[in-house]
Amino acid sequence: MSSPYRQIFGDGLWNNNVAMGQMLALCPLLAVTTSATNGLGMGLASVAVLVLTNIIIASLRSFITPQVRIPVLIVLIATVVTLVDMAINAWMHPLYKVLGLFIALIVTNCAVFGRAESFACKNSVRLAAADALAMGLGFTWVLVAIGGMREILGSGTLFAHASLLLGNGFSWLEMTLIPNFGGILLAVLPPGAFMALGFLIAGKRLIDRWLSAGKSADTLVMPSMAP
Amino acid sequence: MTSAAQPAYRQRLGYHAGLLGGICFLVSVLLIIGNLETSDRIAAHIEAEKRAMLAEVLPASLYDNAPLASPAVQAVSAPFSAPLTIYTATLDGRYNGAALQSAIYGWGSDIQFIVAVDGTGTITGVRVISHGETPGLADGIDIARDPWITGFNGKSLDNPDKRGWGVKKDGGQFDQFTGATITPRAMVRGVHASLQALDAWRQQQLAATATAADSQED
Repeated sequence: MSSPYRQIFGDGLWNNNVAMGQMLALCPLLAVTTSATNGLGMGLASVAVLVLTNIIIASLRSFITPQVRIPVLIVLIATVVTLVDMAINAWMHPLYKVLGLFIALIVTNCAVFGRAESFACKNSVRLAAADALAMGLGFTWVLVAIGGMREILGSGTLFAHASLLLGNGFSWLEMTLIPNFGGILLAVLPPGAFMALGFLIAGKRLIDRWLSAGKSADTLVMPSMAP
Repeated sequence: MTSAAQPAYRQRLGYHAGLLGGICFLVSVLLIIGNLETSDRIAAHIEAEKRAMLAEVLPASLYDNAPLASPAVQAVSAPFSAPLTIYTATLDGRYNGAALQSAIYGWGSDIQFIVAVDGTGTITGVRVISHGETPGLADGIDIARDPWITGFNGKSLDNPDKRGWGVKKDGGQFDQFTGATITPRAMVRGVHASLQALDAWRQQQLAATATAADSQED
């Protein structure tokens, strides 16, 4: 893997992760992560939209001027989300019945706009696609992690109803970790999402600190980028 | 944007307006094409679901007609948020139950549902057709997520009484969900109102068949 891609995937999955580094997309993140399955569904839908919008915007980047880029990007992103919504509804109806609730929420996802504005506008189509994939997968694993934490604490299960999303072949994913567990209501309610995210970010900071302390002094530490 | 110098014409207001207008036009065309391509399929899916849903709430043994073929539509009335469509089931030409399809406003979305009763007004099934309630919190009204909705089976206007037709938090008989009361409350209200509408419909149907029988005897 050549170096721009290595950096793109390193940024997307860890260093400058959408949720943990850029602190973007918190609205859908907090809203849907009541279970690991919901997180996965939202994550996969976001990956699809991110890749499509980044490719479209990167291929139009030479026509878009800085002065009007924001309305242009908003219109393009809203269109892609609407088209994805309609396409899934028409051709993958069983999936839509599970994912349908999440797709409209993607419009509220500033990460899509953020990547379009800060990356796709300035880079080639190929790099923009890689960036979208990296950012989308990074967002997905955080969604699944937070969803998993809240689901285990809130209802004692993990990946409940996964077969509704992924098909019956994935029913082995559905686990009951703590049988006959009433669950901690707080974990399922919105504050639970804030707390889970807080612990996750704290954990990332700790790991980053250990990593940078362990490495030799000449290692370049990526500055965390403000959104 | 690109570090290369922009051509001078791109700094003109006309270019910006044209770009924005052009993108909007392009996007409108795309959305129109998308809608044309998908609307029939989406409508067909919803229709097929409705048929499957009716089969689920109204046992086939209750009727020998085609209830979906001749629906009666009533105007929107509180607390419903959509017109009421009533599918009448008849057995040997006599009224023997009905299914009512409508919607009620839940927590931020219309909940489309269908309620079916047998000839005596007892619920044979309730299903949510579509909704936009909060995933994970309030989507337990969907049978695929939670068997909650089967709790309406066997209930009628007199069972429980008027006070019992509410969620437990309001002193009624039906469970709410952890973290979500408004959605189940709306569902209970919707089902109760549906029973009242279906009862009125039954009286009307029975009266109609009685007059029909009378006029036949004459």
